[in-house]
Amino acid sequence: MDRVWELRPEFVEGLLVTLRLAAAGLVIGGAIGLVIGTGLYISRSRGILPSRPVSLVLNLLVNIMRPIPFVLILIVLQPVSRWFGISGISEGHALVTVVFGSAFGIARIVEQNLVAVDPGVLEAARAMGASRWRVIWSVLLPEARGSLILGYTYALVAIVDMTTLAGIIGVHSLGYVALTYGLRQFDWTVTAVAILIIIVIVQIGQFAGNAWARKVLRR
Amino acid sequence: MSGLIELKGVSKTFPRSRKGGEPVHAVRDVDLSVEAGEIVGIVGYSGAGKSTLVRLINALEPTTSGSLVVDGTDLTTLSERRLQKVRLDIGMIFQQFNLLQSRTVWGNIAYPLEVAKVPRAEHQRRISELLHFVGLADKAHAWPEELSGGQKQRVGIARALATSPKILLADEATSALDPETTVEVLRLLKRVNTELGITIVVITHEMDVVKTIADRVVVMEEGRIVEQGPVFDIFSRPQEPATRRFVATLVDAVPDAVALDGLRRNHAGRLLTLSFTDDSVSQSAVFAEIIERGVEFELVFGGIEDVRGRAFGHLTLELRGDAAAVDAAVTAVSALVETTEVE
Repeated sequence: MDRVWELRPEFVEGLLVTLRLAAAGLVIGGAIGLVIGTGLYISRSRGILPSRPVSLVLNLLVNIMRPIPFVLILIVLQPVSRWFGISGISEGHALVTVVFGSAFGIARIVEQNLVAVDPGVLEAARAMGASRWRVIWSVLLPEARGSLILGYTYALVAIVDMTTLAGIIGVHSLGYVALTYGLRQFDWTVTAVAILIIIVIVQIGQFAGNAWARKVLRR
Repeated sequence: MSGLIELKGVSKTFPRSRKGGEPVHAVRDVDLSVEAGEIVGIVGYSGAGKSTLVRLINALEPTTSGSLVVDGTDLTTLSERRLQKVRLDIGMIFQQFNLLQSRTVWGNIAYPLEVAKVPRAEHQRRISELLHFVGLADKAHAWPEELSGGQKQRVGIARALATSPKILLADEATSALDPETTVEVLRLLKRVNTELGITIVVITHEMDVVKTIADRVVVMEEGRIVEQGPVFDIFSRPQEPATRRFVATLVDAVPDAVALDGLRRNHAGRLLTLSFTDDSVSQSAVFAEIIERGVEFELVFGGIEDVRGRAFGHLTLELRGDAAAVDAAVTAVSALVETTEVE
């Protein structure tokens, strides 16, 4: 435990990096995922704005991106980051990668939750004279809000997992602390403490998400 | 011929849903005219095309062919943007109510006002007016799940009326409600018609609904209108088999083979069905003819229905007595009403 105490600055930095990356994944990746997921839903053959080409392209894109293991996305996207002048082993690169990874994962979660919205309610809105776009932002998304919150909360665990893996390329997340000071220095306690902090982050996130969803869903 | 809603040769075909499937002809060559201020009931079994037909009237579905004029505007040529304006003048209510779960009762009624860009300042007055009309003033801030089915439909009606439409389309609006609540909702729809002068098109498979509120009934089968006319005429003298089946759900006509089998177990005498299809013939005059001839009779099957104070129905009698007297009674009765020998 003395070693853990000595590593306080590393843990604090690891926590901050993890939180920054996770927040970016949830907010920026979440926003992109919301757009892609909504696109997947509305372009379906019986959707609000059916379009076979859009549906095909989006599905292909998501199906190609999602199965790539995150560790490999980290590595394979390095040249892309460098192209934009971002170092391939920096927090900036990790951020781009986490956003990328979470966007495609969240897209499917969003699509699933939108499919569950009662089509009758969408039809009612159209019968009241709402345009298709209006139906999307004023009925579809608000009706799905509760389950979307739960979906994003679920995604949070995967996003925190991604931030951990970013430690592999030397980004100072909690994963890096565990790998560098725990695994490579044979200090089990350091790894355990890093895990503990991650569990706490996820617990807080899950608790907040559940509470918010309960408020929105009123059950 | 310039009804509020005019359909001429309207058809709707849905493209086949998957390879190898057949296109679905949901509505075929329908002519229908709805006058301003009337309540028209469209009946048919599920799959008869009535739900599609009503969705053509507010252009939720585009027609495949034919002309469709609502309030003087041909909807078949309008852009989606123009159709959105038209829909503000056509309210719609649904079997499953389709209330927005993310909004309170108040928010649900506010939705069409937002769509119609009614200034916020006017929402308060309009919404409370509507809530009073449907009798839910105390439920303004309730969430949909806190309401009973009947209350949900009343919110649906208030929401559909928010933009003061000329037409209200009711798609199986009472089919998910119990009989008592159905009566309440129908009474409210009747008030919508008489107090607000709104034309109502009701789609239903329940003849009771038609009997209670409709002025005119349209019977659909396999996408076509097979019969239409004033409710009393259609109910008392149905011509088509589909119409007969529907009317039979409301009132027993000539006993069929199964019913006859049961009757024969207890009634050995001669069975005669009297059809009262014209309210000018009095039942007592008919019965007097039988009694006069010393023939005993017993009512064994049938019923009389009342449509807006006009009675019609079918009564099956068992006649007993001297064969010649029974013959004479049958002849005399047949001169007054339509009769059918049941064998």
